[in-house]
Amino acid sequence: MSISVPEKKTTNKKTSNEVRGKFFPVEKKENFIQYFKKNYALYLFLVPAIILTIVFKYIPMYGAIIAFKDFSPMKGIMGSDWVGLTHFKDFLTSPNFKDIFMNTLKLSFYGLILGFPVPIILALSLNQVRRAAIKKNIQLILYAPNFISVVVITGMLFIFMSPTGPINSLLSIFNDKPVSFMTDPEYFRSIYILSGIWQAAGWSSIIYVAALANVDPQLHDAATIDGATLLQRIRHIDLPTLKPIMAVLFILGAGGIMAIGFEKAYLMQTSMNLPTSEILPTYVYKVGLQAGDYAYSTAVGLFNSVINVVLLVFVNFVVKKLNEGEGLY
Amino acid sequence: MKNHSKTDKTLLFSNKIILVLLVLIVLLPLLYILLASFLDPNVLLSKGFSLNPSDWSLEGYKRILQDELMIKGFINSVLYSVGFTIVTIIITIFAAYPLSLDGFKGKNVIMIFFLITMFFNGGLIPTYLVVKDLGMLNTIWSIILPGAISVWNIILARTFFKGLPKELFEAAKIDGASELKIFLKIVLPLSKPIIFVIALYAFVGQWNSYFDAMIYLEDQELHPLQLVLRSILIQNQVQPGMISDQLAMAELSKLAEKIKYASIVISSLPLLIMYPFFQKYFEKGVMVGSLK
Repeated sequence: MSISVPEKKTTNKKTSNEVRGKFFPVEKKENFIQYFKKNYALYLFLVPAIILTIVFKYIPMYGAIIAFKDFSPMKGIMGSDWVGLTHFKDFLTSPNFKDIFMNTLKLSFYGLILGFPVPIILALSLNQVRRAAIKKNIQLILYAPNFISVVVITGMLFIFMSPTGPINSLLSIFNDKPVSFMTDPEYFRSIYILSGIWQAAGWSSIIYVAALANVDPQLHDAATIDGATLLQRIRHIDLPTLKPIMAVLFILGAGGIMAIGFEKAYLMQTSMNLPTSEILPTYVYKVGLQAGDYAYSTAVGLFNSVINVVLLVFVNFVVKKLNEGEGLY
Repeated sequence: MKNHSKTDKTLLFSNKIILVLLVLIVLLPLLYILLASFLDPNVLLSKGFSLNPSDWSLEGYKRILQDELMIKGFINSVLYSVGFTIVTIIITIFAAYPLSLDGFKGKNVIMIFFLITMFFNGGLIPTYLVVKDLGMLNTIWSIILPGAISVWNIILARTFFKGLPKELFEAAKIDGASELKIFLKIVLPLSKPIIFVIALYAFVGQWNSYFDAMIYLEDQELHPLQLVLRSILIQNQVQPGMISDQLAMAELSKLAEKIKYASIVISSLPLLIMYPFFQKYFEKGVMVGSLK
C-alpha cells in the first residue's frame, strides 16, 4: 500500500528528528559507541540489576557443573575432579528414585487437573452476580487466603486435621476412631491439593473475572432476545472469551508440573507420610543442605530443571496444535 | 434480563447458594481460629459457643507478647520486608526504565539476558554456595539481595513506563535535562502506582516467606516471624519462655494450643486487615503482568 521513503536527514526536517534523535535516535547511522557516550547514564541505571543477575543467577548456573564433579569445598569448583554422569546414574538407579519421581509427578499432575478449572468456574459464577457491591464483598473474602503465609496455612492444617481437631469431631458421627490425616500417607496429596485450592482459587480467578467484565453486555442481551439460555450464553459467549487466557495459563501450569514448590510440601512432611510426601525439591534440600552431599543434590536438582524445560516446550507444542496455532511463544 | 426461563432462574438461584457456601468455606476456618484464640478450644468443639467468662481468656496473647523470640521475629520480619522492598524497587525501576525506551540500543540483548534466568537456574546448592562464599550467611543481605532481582517485576515496570506520554521526556530533553534528572523529576512522580504495586508484592512476599531464612540464617536471633511460627505451629516447640510455670499436663497442652491460635492471629491479622484497602493495587499487579 504505502511506498516506503528511505529516511533522510534533511536540514528542513531537522527540528523534530533532531529532538527525537537525541532521545530516541532514529538515525540509523549512529553507531553503538556514539549512542553509548551520549546515553551512558541509561546504561548505568541497569548496572545494579545486571550485577545481581550475574552474581545470583548466572554464577550459580556455572556452579551447577559440580553435578558432574566429585565436589569438595576445599578444592573448589575448578579444582574438583570430573566424574561425568556418575551422580545422575546413582540417582536414577537408587531405590528412592521411582517413588520420589512419581510422587512429584502425581502431586503436580493432580494439582493441575483439580486446581485448574476451579478459578474459571468461580469467575463464571461471580460473573452472574448482578449487584456490584455484593460481588465486590464476595471477592474480598475469597481473595483473603492468598495473603496467609504457607507456614500459617500448614499450621492451620495441623490444627484442623489433628485427631482431636474440628474435622475429626465432625467426622465422629460416621467414624468410630479419629483419622490421623497428617501422618497417613494416603491423605497427603488430597490435603495438599485441596488446601492449595482453598488458598489460591479466589486469587487466581481475578484474571478471568476481569476478562469477563470486558464482554460487551449487548452480546448477552442480543443472545437472550434470540432465546439463548444462560448455559448457552456461558458456553458461546463467556467461555470463548476466556479461552486465550486459559491456554496460556494451562501451558504455564503444565510446563511447570515438575517445578512444584518446595515450601508447603516440606512443612507438611511428617516422618510417617514420607512415602507420598517426599518430592524432588524436598529431597534435594535434605540430601544437599542437611546431609551435605552438594554434588549429588545438585545433580538431582539439575535433572529436575531439565525435565521442566523439556515439559514446557512439549506442552506449548501440543497446545499450539490444539489451539489453532496460538501458544505461548 | 426479564426473559429468564425457568431453568435459568433455578440456575441463578443455585449459583447464589454455591457462592454463599464458598464464602463460608473460606471464612469459617479463619473465624474458628480467631474465636479459638480467645475461647477454650475444647468448649468450642463440644458446645460451639459459651458465654461463661471462665472459658474466655487472653492468656495466649499475653504469653506471645512476652516472648522474646516472637518479638524479635516480628522486628526482624519488619526489617527484612522493608529492606527487601526498598532494594527491589530501586533495582527494578532503574532497570526497567531504559528497557522501556524505544531507541535504547542493546535493549533486546539485555532483555534476553534477564529472561534466560526465568527458564534456567543453578538450583538450590549452587546458589547457596555463592551466598556462602560471599560471606552473607547469617546476615540480612542473604535475605535481601538474592531475591531482589525479579524478571517478572522488570517486565511489569517496563510495561508501565511504555504507557507514559513520551512528549514529557522530550520536552525536558530539549531543555537540556540529564537522563538522571528526567528520570527523577518526571518519570518517578508519574510512576507512583507501579512503585506501589511492586512494593506491595515485595513486602507481602517477604513477610510470608520462610525458606531463604531457613537456609541462610542459622542464628536464632536473626530469625524472622515465619520461622518462629514454624517452630510453634509445625514443630510443636512452644518457646521455653512462654511456658515456664509449673502447670499440670492438661493445662500445659491447653495453653500450648492457645498460643498456637493466638500466634496465627497476631501474624496474619496485619495483612488481612491491610489488604482490602490495597485490593485494587494488588489486582492491578495481576492485570498489568498479564498484558505484558
